[in-house]
Amino acid sequence: MSLVLTLASRNLFHDRLRFVATMVGIVFSVVLVMIQMGLFLGFGRMVTTMIDHASADFWILPKGAKCFEDPSLLDVKLRDRVATMEGVSWAVPLVIGFSDWRLESGEVTPVFIVSADLRDGSLQPFNVVDGNVQALTQGANVAVDRSYFDRLGVSSVGSTAEIRGRKVRVVAITDGIRSFATTPYVFVDLKNARNYTGTPRDRASSVLVRLKDDADREKVLSAIRAEAGDAEVLTSDDFRSRSRSFWLFGTGAGAALFAGALLGVIVGTVIVAQTLYSSTKDHLSEFATLRAMGSSNAYIYGVIIYQALINAVVGFAIAAGIGFIVVQMTAKSALPIVITPWLMAALFALTVVMCVASGIGAIIRVVRIDPATVFMR
Amino acid sequence: MNDYVVEAKSVEKTLGRGAGEVQALRGVDLALRRGELTLLMGPSGSGKTTLLLVLGCMLTPSSGSVTVCGTPTAGADKEALARIRREHVGFVFQSYHLFPTLTAAQNVQLALDIRGEHGRRAAEKSREALAMVGLEPKANSLPGGLSGGEQQRVAIARALVANPSVVLADEPTGALDGKNGQTIMRILADTAHERERAVLVVTHDPRVVPYADRIVEIEDGLIVQERPGETDRPRMPKTVPFRM
Ligand SMILES: Nc1ncnc2c1ncn2[C@@H]1O[C@H](COP(=O)(O)OP(=O)(O)OP(=O)(O)O)[C@@H](O)[C@H]1O
Ligand SMILES: [Mg+2]
Repeated sequence: MSLVLTLASRNLFHDRLRFVATMVGIVFSVVLVMIQMGLFLGFGRMVTTMIDHASADFWILPKGAKCFEDPSLLDVKLRDRVATMEGVSWAVPLVIGFSDWRLESGEVTPVFIVSADLRDGSLQPFNVVDGNVQALTQGANVAVDRSYFDRLGVSSVGSTAEIRGRKVRVVAITDGIRSFATTPYVFVDLKNARNYTGTPRDRASSVLVRLKDDADREKVLSAIRAEAGDAEVLTSDDFRSRSRSFWLFGTGAGAALFAGALLGVIVGTVIVAQTLYSSTKDHLSEFATLRAMGSSNAYIYGVIIYQALINAVVGFAIAAGIGFIVVQMTAKSALPIVITPWLMAALFALTVVMCVASGIGAIIRVVRIDPATVFMR
Repeated sequence: MNDYVVEAKSVEKTLGRGAGEVQALRGVDLALRRGELTLLMGPSGSGKTTLLLVLGCMLTPSSGSVTVCGTPTAGADKEALARIRREHVGFVFQSYHLFPTLTAAQNVQLALDIRGEHGRRAAEKSREALAMVGLEPKANSLPGGLSGGEQQRVAIARALVANPSVVLADEPTGALDGKNGQTIMRILADTAHERERAVLVVTHDPRVVPYADRIVEIEDGLIVQERPGETDRPRMPKTVPFRM
């Protein structure tokens, strides 16, 4: 094995304090980027939860609807026409919207109403941990998520509250249906959803369409489009990416996360560049000696780049450990940080690039050394 | 091809700029031969180090020419000069310039490493070079744990391990006491005589004179005297090229 690695590691570990400072810089930077990007992924996943859990083939939406939560409405007559079209298995209207939830204590809190449809593949409460969703079809029954128990003032199946003056009863409890907007989702049946959100009978927020197994997707899609007039017809995938780009980029949330990540990269690069540069300056006479001995510049760059790589590998390992803990800690929170293998790989590549780029300053310094200085003293 | 390993002709060298400009060499002719130990002596500031650096391709002459092992150095860029040093020149510095974080053996091996020689063979060669200067038992010591004389022996092993044609030493005994200085000079003389290298030693120290085959006196950037040393070596050594 070449001594380049030995020399690089000795240069690094020789000055412990500087090595610790370098690690703090890299770890801070990588963890910051990891959290920002993990939030980005978590947020991106969260804003499409509802779309993900309805296995509809198409979504018919009011023109220009940007996301699942979009308040605009369309004419529900369209549903009847689409439902009878060839290749369509079913088409159901969906009604969503904000409403007020009055706790038994009298306090009022905003909730987000979602009309549930119990047909297979339509949108209904998922991750049910207690109660029975079938009961939603009767009376003023609701399904809520247990992460909002405190907020909604309920504690189990059978708890009661009021929505817009009507008494409601919890019949099913889900786990992990959280809203990034922090307003709790409340599932009710379609008729109640209209009442609670004040949506007229002839209107709906959207229409979910499920095709027959043997239907020709493209053909049906264009047929529905022809029928839909002003309304838009999107596949689930299209709707997902539209929602994601609206929340992440239309609102500036994504830009803010990326700005945070960029800041992390800049801070990390500056710190590593600084410590590598000062380490190189301290070892300048050694580099000059190498040069006097006849070493090529490439060999000397090798030492510096290995130093950068050791920094990257050790720093990344520590940061990954911290990232793992953060993921565990936020898993049950309102906005979980999601770290995928791809994100990890990209972060490692970023760390390596950041550290090696940081070595440029040191390399520029080292190119300028004149080996004659070793003698001329 | 002649017998000269390094040959300098009409070398002038100006150092510094503007008001601080100094003409350190003013037309020097000097050739180093295989198998010969040359002493370069002269007062402080006379240009000894400058000449050594020009001969070793660390400084380029302002005018005149330097040829190393038949290769003219005129017009060579920094990287090409480094390559000539790597292939032909071994340096020994007054203040050793060992790497403090590497062991004695690793310091020696570094000279092979920069030449692309790695692995077990390189490690063995380094041990042999250390044995040659009598330091094998200290192979795993760090420079900080060695005496000045021992450190200089490591530095010599490092200069010799890759078999350079010429060894240039700038005051190698300058920081050593008499006994250690003698050891170092003995090794350098053996390098010249037994291993057929060209060796140039810059010195102030009259105690090293007995080791010289030839003594060159420099004053104010000019060679003022050249005389045979006190060894009984022939002025023109054998011409058999020697390779390890
Ligand atoms: N970088 C420089 N700029 C200007 N002048 C320099 C520079 N380096 C050396 N000199 C001058 O060049 C002359 C020759 O210096 P050199 O180091 O070769 O002398 P030396 O014979 O080795 O001296 P010493 O015995 O003190 O080592 C001196 O006058 C010195 O002051
Ligand atoms: Mg000098």
